[in-house]
Amino acid sequence: MIEGLIGKKIGMTQIFDKDGKVIPVTAIKLGPCVVVQKRTVEKDGYEAVQVGFLEENKKVKKVTKPMMGHFKKAGVAPVKILKEFKPLVSLNDIKLGEKITFDKIFQINEKVDVTGRSKGKGFQGVMKRHGFHGGRATHGSMFHRAPGSIGASAYPSRVIKGKRMPGHMGDEKVTVKNLEVVGMYPDRNVVLLKGAVPGYSGSYVFVRKKK
Amino acid sequence: MNPLDFVEKEYMKEDLPQLRIGDTVRVHVKIKEGEKERIQVFEGVLIAKKHGGVRETITVRKTSSGYGVERIFPIHSPVVDKIEVKRHAKVRRAKLYYLRNLRGKAARLKEVRR
Repeated sequence: MIEGLIGKKIGMTQIFDKDGKVIPVTAIKLGPCVVVQKRTVEKDGYEAVQVGFLEENKKVKKVTKPMMGHFKKAGVAPVKILKEFKPLVSLNDIKLGEKITFDKIFQINEKVDVTGRSKGKGFQGVMKRHGFHGGRATHGSMFHRAPGSIGASAYPSRVIKGKRMPGHMGDEKVTVKNLEVVGMYPDRNVVLLKGAVPGYSGSYVFVRKKK
Repeated sequence: MNPLDFVEKEYMKEDLPQLRIGDTVRVHVKIKEGEKERIQVFEGVLIAKKHGGVRETITVRKTSSGYGVERIFPIHSPVVDKIEVKRHAKVRRAKLYYLRNLRGKAARLKEVRR
Protein backbone atom coordinates (compact mmCIF):
# COMPACT_ATOMS: atom_id res chain seq x y z
CA MET A 1 0.00 0.00 0.00
CA ILE A 2 1.40 3.38 0.97
CA GLU A 3 3.84 4.10 3.75
CA GLY A 4 1.62 6.24 5.93
CA LEU A 5 -1.70 7.94 6.59
CA ILE A 6 -3.15 11.19 7.84
CA GLY A 7 -4.64 11.18 11.31
CA LYS A 8 -6.01 13.33 14.06
CA LYS A 9 -4.84 13.26 17.64
CA ILE A 10 -7.69 12.40 20.00
CA GLY A 11 -5.91 12.48 23.33
CA MET A 12 -3.92 10.50 25.82
CA THR A 13 -4.82 7.91 28.41
CA GLN A 14 -3.25 4.85 29.90
CA ILE A 15 -3.74 1.12 29.59
CA PHE A 16 -2.35 -1.84 31.51
CA ASP A 17 -0.24 -4.62 30.09
CA LYS A 18 -0.60 -8.18 31.33
CA ASP A 19 1.94 -7.66 34.11
CA GLY A 20 -0.05 -4.73 35.44
CA LYS A 21 2.40 -2.18 34.10
CA VAL A 22 0.94 1.10 32.96
CA ILE A 23 1.49 2.03 29.33
CA PRO A 24 0.92 5.69 28.41
CA VAL A 25 -0.88 5.80 25.09
CA THR A 26 -1.99 8.40 22.57
CA ALA A 27 -5.16 7.65 20.65
CA ILE A 28 -5.14 8.74 17.02
CA LYS A 29 -7.99 8.68 14.58
CA LEU A 30 -6.07 7.35 11.62
CA GLY A 31 -7.70 7.54 8.25
CA PRO A 32 -9.61 6.49 6.30
CA CYS A 33 -7.82 8.32 3.52
CA VAL A 34 -8.83 8.65 -0.10
CA VAL A 35 -6.42 8.64 -3.02
CA VAL A 36 -6.61 12.00 -4.80
CA GLN A 37 -3.58 11.95 -7.09
CA LYS A 38 -0.71 9.77 -8.18
CA ARG A 39 2.72 11.26 -8.76
CA THR A 40 4.64 9.42 -11.43
CA VAL A 41 8.28 9.44 -12.48
CA GLU A 42 7.35 10.39 -16.05
CA LYS A 43 5.35 13.43 -15.08
CA ASP A 44 6.66 14.54 -11.70
CA GLY A 45 10.06 12.91 -11.45
CA TYR A 46 9.18 10.88 -8.37
CA GLU A 47 6.59 8.42 -7.19
CA ALA A 48 4.05 9.27 -4.53
CA VAL A 49 0.41 8.93 -3.69
CA GLN A 50 -1.50 11.99 -2.62
CA VAL A 51 -4.21 11.16 -0.14
CA GLY A 52 -6.90 13.21 1.59
CA PHE A 53 -8.16 12.74 5.11
CA LEU A 54 -11.81 11.71 5.26
CA GLU A 55 -13.42 13.19 8.35
CA GLU A 56 -16.89 12.53 9.62
CA ASN A 57 -19.27 15.43 10.13
CA LYS A 58 -16.80 17.83 8.64
CA LYS A 59 -18.08 20.16 5.99
CA VAL A 60 -15.31 21.35 3.75
CA LYS A 61 -15.97 24.99 3.02
CA LYS A 62 -14.07 27.52 0.97
CA VAL A 63 -12.67 25.22 -1.67
CA THR A 64 -11.03 27.24 -4.39
CA LYS A 65 -11.92 26.61 -8.02
CA PRO A 66 -8.49 25.17 -8.91
CA MET A 67 -8.74 22.77 -5.96
CA MET A 68 -12.30 21.88 -6.95
CA GLY A 69 -10.96 20.79 -10.32
CA HIS A 70 -8.22 18.79 -8.63
CA PHE A 71 -10.76 16.83 -6.61
CA LYS A 72 -13.07 16.44 -9.59
CA LYS A 73 -10.28 14.84 -11.57
CA ALA A 74 -10.00 12.11 -8.95
CA GLY A 75 -13.75 11.88 -8.55
CA VAL A 76 -13.68 12.48 -4.82
CA ALA A 77 -15.42 14.94 -2.53
CA PRO A 78 -13.24 17.86 -1.34
CA VAL A 79 -11.17 17.23 1.79
CA LYS A 80 -9.37 19.59 4.09
CA ILE A 81 -6.00 17.90 4.46
CA LEU A 82 -3.88 16.50 1.64
CA LYS A 83 -0.55 14.75 2.00
CA GLU A 84 1.75 12.69 -0.20
CA PHE A 85 3.13 9.34 0.86
CA LYS A 86 5.49 6.95 -0.82
CA PRO A 87 3.81 3.90 -2.35
CA LEU A 88 4.92 0.48 -1.14
CA VAL A 89 3.39 -1.32 -4.11
CA SER A 90 3.33 -0.50 -7.80
CA LEU A 91 1.34 2.64 -8.57
CA ASN A 92 -0.81 0.61 -10.97
CA ASP A 93 -2.25 -1.27 -8.00
CA ILE A 94 -3.52 1.92 -6.42
CA LYS A 95 -6.63 3.44 -7.89
CA LEU A 96 -7.74 7.06 -7.75
CA GLY A 97 -10.57 7.52 -5.30
CA GLU A 98 -9.61 4.36 -3.43
CA LYS A 99 -10.26 4.41 0.29
CA ILE A 100 -7.35 3.30 2.45
CA THR A 101 -7.86 2.30 6.06
CA PHE A 102 -5.04 1.88 8.54
CA ASP A 103 -5.49 -1.87 9.01
CA LYS A 104 -4.18 -2.37 5.47
CA ILE A 105 -0.92 -0.64 6.37
CA PHE A 106 -0.10 -1.06 10.05
CA GLN A 107 0.06 -4.09 12.29
CA ILE A 108 -0.02 -4.30 16.04
CA ASN A 109 3.41 -3.99 17.76
CA GLU A 110 4.79 -2.28 14.67
CA LYS A 111 6.99 0.79 15.12
CA VAL A 112 5.88 4.05 13.50
CA ASP A 113 7.08 7.63 13.13
CA VAL A 114 4.63 10.44 13.81
CA THR A 115 4.91 13.98 12.46
CA GLY A 116 2.86 16.82 13.84
CA ARG A 117 2.95 20.47 14.74
CA SER A 118 4.07 21.05 18.32
CA LYS A 119 2.20 23.18 20.82
CA GLY A 120 3.18 26.84 20.64
CA LYS A 121 5.04 28.00 23.73
CA GLY A 122 5.30 31.69 22.84
CA PHE A 123 8.41 33.79 23.42
CA GLN A 124 10.68 31.81 25.73
CA GLY A 125 14.04 32.37 27.33
CA VAL A 126 17.15 30.30 26.78
CA MET A 127 16.63 28.00 29.76
CA LYS A 128 13.33 26.63 28.51
CA ARG A 129 14.06 27.01 24.81
CA HIS A 130 17.60 25.65 24.64
CA GLY A 131 18.14 23.99 27.99
CA PHE A 132 20.76 26.45 29.27
CA HIS A 133 21.53 25.92 32.92
CA GLY A 134 21.07 29.49 34.10
CA GLY A 135 22.58 30.82 37.27
CA ARG A 136 22.15 30.42 40.96
CA ALA A 137 18.80 31.51 42.44
CA THR A 138 20.00 32.61 45.86
CA HIS A 139 23.16 33.37 47.88
CA GLY A 140 23.52 36.85 46.46
CA SER A 141 23.58 35.68 42.87
CA MET A 142 22.51 38.34 40.43
CA PHE A 143 22.57 36.02 37.45
CA HIS A 144 19.45 33.89 37.21
CA ARG A 145 17.98 32.95 33.83
CA ALA A 146 20.00 35.13 31.49
CA PRO A 147 21.96 33.65 28.55
CA GLY A 148 25.33 35.06 29.65
CA SER A 149 28.00 35.95 27.14
CA ILE A 150 26.94 35.71 23.50
CA GLY A 151 30.39 35.95 21.99
CA ALA A 152 33.86 37.47 21.99
CA SER A 153 34.67 41.19 21.74
CA ALA A 154 36.81 42.94 19.12
CA TYR A 155 37.10 39.84 17.04
CA PRO A 156 34.70 39.05 15.44
CA SER A 157 32.82 42.18 16.65
CA ARG A 158 29.50 40.55 15.86
CA VAL A 159 27.36 37.71 17.10
CA ILE A 160 27.82 34.54 15.11
CA LYS A 161 24.85 33.31 13.13
CA GLY A 162 22.79 30.59 14.72
CA LYS A 163 23.69 31.68 18.27
CA ARG A 164 21.01 30.22 20.55
CA MET A 165 18.99 33.09 21.96
CA PRO A 166 15.52 33.71 23.42
CA GLY A 167 12.67 33.68 20.95
CA HIS A 168 9.57 31.93 19.76
CA MET A 169 9.33 28.32 20.81
CA GLY A 170 7.06 25.53 19.64
CA ASP A 171 4.50 25.57 16.82
CA GLU A 172 6.96 23.86 14.52
CA LYS A 173 7.08 20.55 12.68
CA VAL A 174 8.20 17.79 15.02
CA THR A 175 8.68 14.10 14.24
CA VAL A 176 8.64 11.50 16.98
CA LYS A 177 10.23 8.23 15.93
CA ASN A 178 9.78 4.62 16.93
CA LEU A 179 6.40 4.72 18.63
CA GLU A 180 4.88 1.29 19.09
CA VAL A 181 1.36 0.49 17.95
CA VAL A 182 -0.20 -1.04 21.06
CA GLY A 183 -3.89 -1.03 20.21
CA MET A 184 -6.20 -1.00 17.21
CA TYR A 185 -9.89 -0.29 16.80
CA PRO A 186 -10.56 -0.84 13.09
CA ASP A 187 -14.30 -0.18 13.39
CA ARG A 188 -13.57 3.28 14.81
CA ASN A 189 -10.41 3.94 12.75
CA VAL A 190 -8.47 4.50 15.96
CA VAL A 191 -4.97 3.32 16.85
CA LEU A 192 -3.20 3.55 20.20
CA LEU A 193 0.48 4.51 20.10
CA LYS A 194 2.78 4.11 23.06
CA GLY A 195 4.02 7.50 24.21
CA ALA A 196 3.32 11.11 23.37
CA VAL A 197 2.71 12.72 20.00
CA PRO A 198 3.36 16.40 19.12
CA GLY A 199 0.52 18.91 19.15
CA TYR A 200 -2.83 19.50 20.71
CA SER A 201 -5.66 17.02 20.90
CA GLY A 202 -7.55 17.53 17.65
CA SER A 203 -4.48 18.52 15.66
CA TYR A 204 -3.52 16.71 12.47
CA VAL A 205 -0.66 14.22 12.48
CA PHE A 206 1.01 12.09 9.84
CA VAL A 207 1.78 8.51 10.83
CA ARG A 208 4.38 6.69 8.76
CA LYS A 209 6.03 3.31 8.90
CA LYS A 210 9.32 3.41 10.77
CA LYS A 211 12.25 4.44 8.59
CA MET B 1 -18.43 12.36 27.47
CA ASN B 2 -14.77 11.63 27.29
CA PRO B 3 -13.81 10.74 23.70
CA LEU B 4 -11.55 7.97 24.99
CA ASP B 5 -14.18 6.16 27.05
CA PHE B 6 -14.26 3.27 24.59
CA VAL B 7 -10.54 2.65 25.16
CA GLU B 8 -10.63 3.02 28.93
CA LYS B 9 -13.71 0.88 29.38
CA GLU B 10 -11.85 -2.11 28.04
CA TYR B 11 -9.30 -1.89 30.84
CA MET B 12 -11.66 -0.95 33.67
CA LYS B 13 -12.97 -3.39 36.24
CA GLU B 14 -16.71 -3.67 36.51
CA ASP B 15 -16.87 -5.69 39.70
CA LEU B 16 -15.41 -3.08 42.03
CA PRO B 17 -17.45 -2.26 45.14
CA GLN B 18 -18.60 1.28 45.73
CA LEU B 19 -15.73 2.96 47.52
CA ARG B 20 -16.26 6.00 49.68
CA ILE B 21 -13.86 8.22 51.57
CA GLY B 22 -13.50 7.02 55.15
CA ASP B 23 -14.22 3.38 54.33
CA THR B 24 -12.03 0.76 55.91
CA VAL B 25 -10.91 -1.37 52.98
CA ARG B 26 -8.90 -4.53 52.45
CA VAL B 27 -6.92 -4.34 49.23
CA HIS B 28 -5.66 -7.67 47.90
CA VAL B 29 -2.48 -7.11 45.92
CA LYS B 30 -0.81 -9.69 43.71
CA ILE B 31 2.90 -9.93 44.40
CA LYS B 32 5.25 -11.72 42.05
CA GLU B 33 8.26 -13.41 43.58
CA GLY B 34 10.22 -14.94 40.78
CA GLU B 35 7.87 -17.53 39.33
CA LYS B 36 5.44 -17.66 42.21
CA GLU B 37 2.59 -15.30 42.74
CA ARG B 38 0.95 -14.61 46.06
CA ILE B 39 -1.61 -12.25 47.48
CA GLN B 40 -0.86 -9.65 50.10
CA VAL B 41 -3.61 -7.79 51.92
CA PHE B 42 -3.34 -4.15 52.90
CA GLU B 43 -6.05 -3.01 55.28
CA GLY B 44 -6.62 0.60 56.20
CA VAL B 45 -8.72 3.72 55.87
CA LEU B 46 -9.42 5.11 52.43
CA ILE B 47 -8.32 8.73 52.78
CA ALA B 48 -8.32 9.94 49.17
CA LYS B 49 -9.61 9.13 45.70
CA LYS B 50 -7.95 10.75 42.72
CA HIS B 51 -8.40 10.91 38.95
CA GLY B 52 -11.20 9.27 36.99
CA GLY B 53 -11.80 6.49 34.57
CA VAL B 54 -9.07 3.91 34.18
CA ARG B 55 -6.61 6.21 35.96
CA GLU B 56 -8.50 6.23 39.25
CA THR B 57 -6.37 5.67 42.35
CA ILE B 58 -7.11 5.34 46.04
CA THR B 59 -4.87 6.21 48.98
CA VAL B 60 -5.15 3.80 51.90
CA ARG B 61 -3.66 4.65 55.30
CA LYS B 62 -2.99 2.35 58.20
CA THR B 63 -0.88 2.44 61.32
CA SER B 64 1.70 -0.30 61.40
CA SER B 65 3.61 -0.76 64.66
CA GLY B 66 3.32 2.89 65.51
CA TYR B 67 4.15 4.26 62.09
CA GLY B 68 1.64 5.61 59.65
CA VAL B 69 1.82 3.81 56.30
CA GLU B 70 0.07 4.95 53.15
CA ARG B 71 -0.19 3.13 49.86
CA ILE B 72 -1.64 4.38 46.63
CA PHE B 73 -3.39 1.79 44.48
CA PRO B 74 -4.45 2.20 40.86
CA ILE B 75 -7.71 0.39 41.41
CA HIS B 76 -8.14 -0.76 37.80
CA SER B 77 -4.68 -2.29 37.67
CA PRO B 78 -4.49 -6.07 37.23
CA VAL B 79 -2.10 -6.06 40.21
CA VAL B 80 -5.02 -5.23 42.49
CA ASP B 81 -6.81 -8.55 42.82
CA LYS B 82 -9.86 -7.36 44.73
CA ILE B 83 -11.00 -4.74 47.18
CA GLU B 84 -13.25 -5.46 50.16
CA VAL B 85 -15.10 -2.79 52.08
CA LYS B 86 -15.20 -3.61 55.79
CA ARG B 87 -16.69 -0.51 57.37
CA HIS B 88 -18.09 2.87 56.49
CA ALA B 89 -17.39 5.98 58.51
CA LYS B 90 -18.96 9.37 58.88
CA VAL B 91 -16.70 11.90 57.26
CA ARG B 92 -17.15 15.49 56.16
CA ARG B 93 -14.16 15.84 53.87
CA ALA B 94 -13.29 14.50 50.43
CA LYS B 95 -9.65 14.04 51.47
CA LEU B 96 -8.84 12.86 54.99
CA TYR B 97 -5.29 14.19 55.05
CA TYR B 98 -5.89 15.57 58.56
CA LEU B 99 -5.60 12.01 59.87
CA ARG B 100 -1.88 12.23 59.25
CA ASN B 101 -1.53 14.69 62.10
CA LEU B 102 -3.62 12.66 64.53
CA ARG B 103 -2.68 9.52 66.38
CA GLY B 104 -4.28 7.07 68.74
CA LYS B 105 -7.84 7.69 69.82
CA ALA B 106 -8.07 11.00 67.98
CA ALA B 107 -7.45 9.30 64.66
CA ARG B 108 -10.58 7.19 64.91
CA LEU B 109 -13.55 7.74 62.62
CA LYS B 110 -17.14 7.34 63.68
CA GLU B 111 -18.67 4.30 62.03
CA VAL B 112 -21.95 4.46 60.16
CA ARG B 113 -23.94 1.49 58.91
CA ARG B 114 -25.11 1.72 55.36
